[in-house]
Amino acid sequence: MRYDLLLDRWPLFAEGVWMTVQLTALAVAVGFCIALPCAILRSRNTPIASQLISGYVYAIRGTPLLVQLYIFYYGLSQFDFVRDSFAWSYLRNPWWCAVIAFSLNSGAYATEIIRGAITRTPKGQVEAARALGLRTWQVYALIVIPSALRRAIPQYGNEVVFMLHGSAIVSVITITDILGAAREFNGRYYVSDEGFYTAAILYALLTLMIVLIFRKVEFRFLKHLKMR
Amino acid sequence: MDQLIAYFPLLMRGFGITVAMALLAFALACVMGGFGAWGQTSKWRAVRWLVMGYTTVVRGVPDLVLILIFYFKMQALMNVITRGIGLERVDVSPFISGTITIGLIYGAYLTETFRGATMAVDRGQGEAATALGLKPFQTLKMVTMPQIIRQALPGTMNVWMVLTKSTAVVSIIGLSDLVGVAVDAGRSTREFFWFLMAAFLGYLLITWVSQQIFNRLEQRFDRGFADAR
Repeated sequence: MRYDLLLDRWPLFAEGVWMTVQLTALAVAVGFCIALPCAILRSRNTPIASQLISGYVYAIRGTPLLVQLYIFYYGLSQFDFVRDSFAWSYLRNPWWCAVIAFSLNSGAYATEIIRGAITRTPKGQVEAARALGLRTWQVYALIVIPSALRRAIPQYGNEVVFMLHGSAIVSVITITDILGAAREFNGRYYVSDEGFYTAAILYALLTLMIVLIFRKVEFRFLKHLKMR
Repeated sequence: MDQLIAYFPLLMRGFGITVAMALLAFALACVMGGFGAWGQTSKWRAVRWLVMGYTTVVRGVPDLVLILIFYFKMQALMNVITRGIGLERVDVSPFISGTITIGLIYGAYLTETFRGATMAVDRGQGEAATALGLKPFQTLKMVTMPQIIRQALPGTMNVWMVLTKSTAVVSIIGLSDLVGVAVDAGRSTREFFWFLMAAFLGYLLITWVSQQIFNRLEQRFDRGFADAR
């Protein structure tokens, strides 16, 4: 075991951790921005939009993230009209492909999570809001959404961990994330597994951090629902 | 598009490999999950700690990292064995190492599912069966097990879906599954998009069929429950 080499090459892994954190955070953030309007439209059964959104959610949740990433990275470059368009300056860059694919993926899973939380809103809350004379958009903005988002926190934590783990596939499209750093390390020093073990530990630490952060957030925002 | 027809048999082979791998890994995961759930309620602390370590470690690390570690470790182990008994080098297949790794990973998730399902069944059920004079095995088979299965079905379905999609990652260590074939064909024909779309639809087909099967199963195990439709 050559752990002395690891100490020498720690900047490589630091770069990898930063890339993984960045990709995961971006995907979850953009995914949330996609998911919130989608979840509202879905829960209100808006014609056409609702069907389109459920198609999107079904297609993304029914297929592997790897295939979705490949479609953006390899698939789209097949078409000349894509190569000639302005989008090509982004799509030729693996980092953008990863951000787009991951955001769409996270958006679909989050849509389901938030929609579930919205439909499980206690009826009395909505009735009380209406009795107070709030308009529909006010009921959503002031009552349903804040209440649903709070109740979605535990599941959202799982989604963030899922995205963190899913992001490990970007090393295949030449991005140096944690796993990418590990592969580079193993390749450069002709060792078989020190790099992978380091990656495993780093991912486990990040997972633990996410779990702890969400536990804190949960405690803060769901206090009123805890049994006394 | 013509290329798609030419490559159809190869794509079907890849589809078969994906399905076979998912089923085998799922079987292993169920066995691991069963042992795990059983071990978690063990009276020996060492066993409980062992199960907790297994589920925590496995669920903290991405599947691809574990697949790579197992693939290289199994090859190294194989080299030691073949050298020890003086044989030629034998290559560990991505299929076998991938199946084992994915089975072990999702066994950890099923451990939680099965444990939750076991705890959700009222203890009184088993006690009543014993009071009626049923033997332990009869109690399990006729009274508690059907109820545990009913509780575990939704979670198990979820794990099966995630597991199936997870097998795609094994293509990275060189397995010619649905994704592996699609990428190879896409590269040689320069028609990546259509082949990846074929793979995309292949996975959707698996998802759809699985949902139909699980819905049937759920209906079957929901018989006799007033609140279930």
